[in-house]
Amino acid sequence: MTDHTDEQAPAAASFWRDPRKRAIVFQVIVLAIVLGLGAYIFHNTLHNLEKRGISTGFAFLHNEAGFGILFSLIPYDETYTFGRTFLVGLLNTLLVSAIGIVLATILGFIVGVARLSHNWIISRLANLYIEIFRNVPLLLQILFWYFAMLPLLPHPRQSLAFEGGIFLNRRGLYLPAPVAEPGFGWVLVTLGLVIAAVVVLRRWAHRRQEATWQIFPVFWTSLALLIGLPLLSYGLLGAPLDWDYPALKGFNFQGGMTVIPELVALAIALAIYTAAYIAEIVRSGIQSVSHGQTEAAYALGLKRGTTLRLVIIPQAMRVIIPQLTSQYLNLTKNSSLAPAIGYPDLVAVFAGTTLNQTGQAVEIIAMTMGVYLTLSLTISAFMNWYNKRMALVER
Amino acid sequence: MMRKIFAAGTLLAVSAMPAAHAGATLDAVKAKGFVQCGVSTGLPGFSAANDKGQWAGLDVDVCRAVAAAVFGDASKVKFTPLTAKERFTALQSGEIDMLSRNTTWTLTRDTNLGLNFAGVNYYDGQGFMVHKSLGVKSAKELDGAAICIQAGTTTELNLADYFRSNGMKYQAITYDTSDESVKGFEAGRCDVLTSDQSQLYALRIKLKNPGSAVVLPEVISKEPLGPVVRNGDEDWLKVVRWSLFAMINAEEMGVTSKNVDEMRKTTKDPGKQRLLGLSGIKGQGLKLSDDWSYNIIKQVGNYSEAFEHNVGMGSPLKIARGLNALWSKGGIQYAPPIR
Repeated sequence: MTDHTDEQAPAAASFWRDPRKRAIVFQVIVLAIVLGLGAYIFHNTLHNLEKRGISTGFAFLHNEAGFGILFSLIPYDETYTFGRTFLVGLLNTLLVSAIGIVLATILGFIVGVARLSHNWIISRLANLYIEIFRNVPLLLQILFWYFAMLPLLPHPRQSLAFEGGIFLNRRGLYLPAPVAEPGFGWVLVTLGLVIAAVVVLRRWAHRRQEATWQIFPVFWTSLALLIGLPLLSYGLLGAPLDWDYPALKGFNFQGGMTVIPELVALAIALAIYTAAYIAEIVRSGIQSVSHGQTEAAYALGLKRGTTLRLVIIPQAMRVIIPQLTSQYLNLTKNSSLAPAIGYPDLVAVFAGTTLNQTGQAVEIIAMTMGVYLTLSLTISAFMNWYNKRMALVER
Repeated sequence: MMRKIFAAGTLLAVSAMPAAHAGATLDAVKAKGFVQCGVSTGLPGFSAANDKGQWAGLDVDVCRAVAAAVFGDASKVKFTPLTAKERFTALQSGEIDMLSRNTTWTLTRDTNLGLNFAGVNYYDGQGFMVHKSLGVKSAKELDGAAICIQAGTTTELNLADYFRSNGMKYQAITYDTSDESVKGFEAGRCDVLTSDQSQLYALRIKLKNPGSAVVLPEVISKEPLGPVVRNGDEDWLKVVRWSLFAMINAEEMGVTSKNVDEMRKTTKDPGKQRLLGLSGIKGQGLKLSDDWSYNIIKQVGNYSEAFEHNVGMGSPLKIARGLNALWSKGGIQYAPPIR
């Protein structure tokens, strides 16, 4: 204790000679300048907007929108508010980003692994894919998938008809929509129980393998359970699900579910473009694992596929995940190119039509930027958490 | 911590971009030596680059008239092509001095957006264009149709109103530019293309096969289109307004770019003398030179010349004067007198 007081004695000599106190003073000064500047800019903006007679504030969010939106995940028509258009746009952005991320990841991993294939043709093809799609601007690719592919599909009256009431034409893909009847809840309950059972089964199989060296066919058993049991309960309950089939009425199909071509074109373009980058990331990740690991695995008698799945990929993931994160962020942000082909995402609906009808650029752009910032930070936080989980655990 | 504060500061700075001082646009325009005019990204007849790469059209002529009035030289204009979505922000932020881009005058735009409409240079109305093969004769038969539109226009609202009031359903496919909406229409994504009727005619000649589409007879809205300026700058508003009025008055008095020189020398008509800046208030009230209106007529022409040359019988659009004829000839184009 006495040592402590001795140490602090010289610090008390002068306020300015204490680096810690000095640092705090500087921090406070900088903070004050930044906040002051911010407040000045904020005040100045409001003042100028008012002087020019431009409306400000967020009251417009409660006004009736009065325009139609092509596609919405939640109920929407012209009588809903501008605030609702924000939600509709946001959900559409999330939808196309989520589909894009899933597709890009699957495709990227396949191409990345194919790039390293010992089969000359396969690895060349993968290389060709990467070089083409990485080097053509994304906007052009989106326009290509939309305007070049659209005329290849037939007119509504000559739609391609598939088994089970599925139709394809230039207006989209028309599917029967499931309509739940009483009792369908129990099928969902069964499905939930089966998923829980599969998780338990996997753990049990893992422990058993560690203890007895016996391998249980987890994958096939899980698949059989996942498909079989819900189907069985569905049959026993007397098929409590009705289908709303699309039918040609007037100009187009009515009823059922529609997958609009804008969504398909945008998701495909985003997925294919981003997959080219992900493929390179996967390749570099796999190559970062020393070849000795592969040799060791072969020496232990593991098969090629098993080696890749159990030895190489888990180690490669540590290199892959951080870069994958930035590709997911890019994909989400790139989805804002949607207005070019008329997909009603946040930028098209909210920062587009809503902005134009209300003229409140500052509020709307700030909200839109806030959304993308939040989305990016959320994805980033999730991937950081996943990265920590996947990181090499020292044993 | 510091990084976050800086990020917040940058965000605010960006949000304050349009905070330039609202002042005398006329002085600023005179000082920089040209008019920065917002036009469309390419609408034949109204504002589009011609085969020589110069901007031409009815809306472009309003910009040129303003330049002629201010500088005595109609070529002192720089053009900023804008999509419907971008146009008001560009004007509010001071990126352009005036907007002449087939813009509909509405209450919301006049009051909430900090804008002033200087006049009407084209009376329009919203219509529909359909593929001929559908055999549709009237807009009332469009229940359930897929409709291509350009984003950020009054068209989106009129469309919703029309279908709602007629108890019909529609699917709106909203594109960023009118070019894309035409492409969507041509690719068969939609049955119908909707826009102001004048635009439909202009867009129709962009189709590979213009004969494959027909414009339906219904006009579902009033679309008075005109030049727009920022709120709070009366001097500039008046220059733009009277530049347009001078063109209309010149047509009414039969003064054209061809005969204006002769008229200026010989006319005894007091009305024409005032129009040409020989007597009366001249350029004083507008803070312009006395020959401001002469320059407009000489270099740009009167309203009739601009109309016929750009969208009328002297152009591929072949639009009849209709509502846009002078009030004295069965239309509603009417300009207050120059006196």
